[in-house]
Amino acid sequence: MIFVFFLILLMLVAAIAASVFRDLISAVIATTLVSLAASILFYLLAAPDVAMAEAAIGAALTTAIFIIAIRRTKRYEE
Amino acid sequence: MRKIVSILLLAIVAVGIGLSLAKIPFGTPKTKIGRHYINEGVKETGATNTVTSVVVSYRGFDTLGEVTVLFIAAIGLGAVLSNIGKKTAGKIQPASMVLSTGCRVLFPLILVFGSYIFIHGHLTPGGGFQGGAIIASGFLLIYLGCRERRISQKASKVTESLGGLVFVVIGLLGLVFGGYFLLNFLPKGTSNTLFSAGIIPIIYIAIGFKVGSELAGIIDNLIEES
Repeated sequence: MIFVFFLILLMLVAAIAASVFRDLISAVIATTLVSLAASILFYLLAAPDVAMAEAAIGAALTTAIFIIAIRRTKRYEE
Repeated sequence: MRKIVSILLLAIVAVGIGLSLAKIPFGTPKTKIGRHYINEGVKETGATNTVTSVVVSYRGFDTLGEVTVLFIAAIGLGAVLSNIGKKTAGKIQPASMVLSTGCRVLFPLILVFGSYIFIHGHLTPGGGFQGGAIIASGFLLIYLGCRERRISQKASKVTESLGGLVFVVIGLLGLVFGGYFLLNFLPKGTSNTLFSAGIIPIIYIAIGFKVGSELAGIIDNLIEES
């Protein structure tokens, strides 16, 4: 139970951090953390199908696509 | 001032959503249709994984729409990016030894795991979308680790089209044999074995190939442009 609360807290902190960071790569990593914590939460809520999709798409592919896009544009938000 | 007002509005919305959701009991069956899927799903579709029986059999037509949306998104991305004009391939900085060796060892394992997920979609958690996404992340690893390797665009397009074609043709065969689209016309077999559940594993394998090649194609498009 404590672990679940820790995950929820981690998601909240990471989501706020993602919107506050000026460095976009750090913001993308923070959103990845949100996805990762969400996928563990889905697993604990007995939804392994959703957890798998969230881990593969939310944590891996979306991060890669964002980072490729940032590499083509600017890294820092002014 | 504007910030305070927007925070206040957000708080009001959050309280409203929280109050309306707090009435719903958590984790108990609420609707008749949900109970029907859980109790009768295995008998009616032959798939042990209830999620799969809903996604491919009861709501198979929705899945066809979902696959189409992904297909259109991939085509749109390709069309937008092809207008930008390709950068001439400069000197590619090679990956570090740890990364390239790791990618060589891990890539086949990821492929096998992804295929396992979508072939066993009707028995264990997961299915075509999950397996396809895992396979695409394997291709992402190839692009990061072995940078001179490229997947063939043509092969990925052919795989993608074949996957979609198999889905639609099986749906139409159901129309021919039983009178409605996506009818499970094959024998259901004994549940909990690999060859069971009729058309569900075939459709999920088609979706797995389609989603995997589509997502790998999207990554390939993006990496080629940067």
